Amino acid sequence: MVIECKHVWDHLSGYLDSSLPADTRALVQKHLEHCEICSAILDSTRNILILTADDRVFEFPVGFSERLHARLNEEFHRDTGK
Amino acid sequence: MPLPGEPLRPIDHSAVGSGAILTRMDVALTTRNEAEMIASILGGDPERYHELIRPYERHVYRMALSFVKNEADAEDVAQEAFLKAFHHLASFRGQAKFSTWLISIALNEARSRLRLQSAVRMESLDEGPGEDGQISPALLRDWREIPSQALERKEVRAMVRAAIENLSPIYREVVILRDMEELSIEETAAMLTISTASVKVRLHRARIMLQKVLAPQLKSSAPQRRWFPWS
Ligand SMILES: [Zn+2]
Repeated sequence: MVIECKHVWDHLSGYLDSSLPADTRALVQKHLEHCEICSAILDSTRNILILTADDRVFEFPVGFSERLHARLNEEFHRDTGK
Repeated sequence: MPLPGEPLRPIDHSAVGSGAILTRMDVALTTRNEAEMIASILGGDPERYHELIRPYERHVYRMALSFVKNEADAEDVAQEAFLKAFHHLASFRGQAKFSTWLISIALNEARSRLRLQSAVRMESLDEGPGEDGQISPALLRDWREIPSQALERKEVRAMVRAAIENLSPIYREVVILRDMEELSIEETAAMLTISTASVKVRLHRARIMLQKVLAPQLKSSAPQRRWFPWS
């Protein structure tokens, strides 16, 4: 059985998560082996997952930790002062 | 990244360099006795809360920022989440990992802040582009740039951030929990109180939407010399 590109796209996310049933995975795999378009889509989607997981995307503001812990200290002392 | 002709492998989230958050959290946990810290905080030593939350500050902040979209509000949401977690610490029973419990508090805090913001804008929380139909990915020749190198460029970081922030909330949530915080499909479903099937569908759509928006932008921003020679 052969599947079309459009159907392969429906399974890309599951393919990347290794959550496809074995027979579907085999079909997708087979298609990817000789379809340059779908392989390119898969690679770019995988790259984008790597980018979104990277800590550098959302930068941590300078002084965040100091301000947080100062606020917590205020809270602790307010509580014990009661 | 596979060479042409090399078998394609599924992504191994644990191997995604600096993005392996929960893996790193787990490593941190092996050298920390969080149950003991929590017990002593509850027993009257609040100072140990500083130590307890330190490994999770970035995660909570990042989650807040991807929801509320500006740094000042994100910092505020993150602080509120940490305060809330402190005040509710007695209700943490060790049924989940502390990190997961904390993330769920941060999620709720960010969601309620977002509801306040969108009540003004009257934005629907449920609709996203292509909710009913199939979303098609961007068709392009392979983008071969190494992701970790791409992220050295400030404009690439901004592009990725904007693309995540522009997803509608139901899609953004699954991306944050699954692809950024690297929870499992099951944990993501439990935290959002939706089925694992819904997580998979939303995740699929979200990822294709991100590919569609980002792949062409990233490709056109990539300096030629950083491309792999075979492309
Ligand atoms: Zn194809």
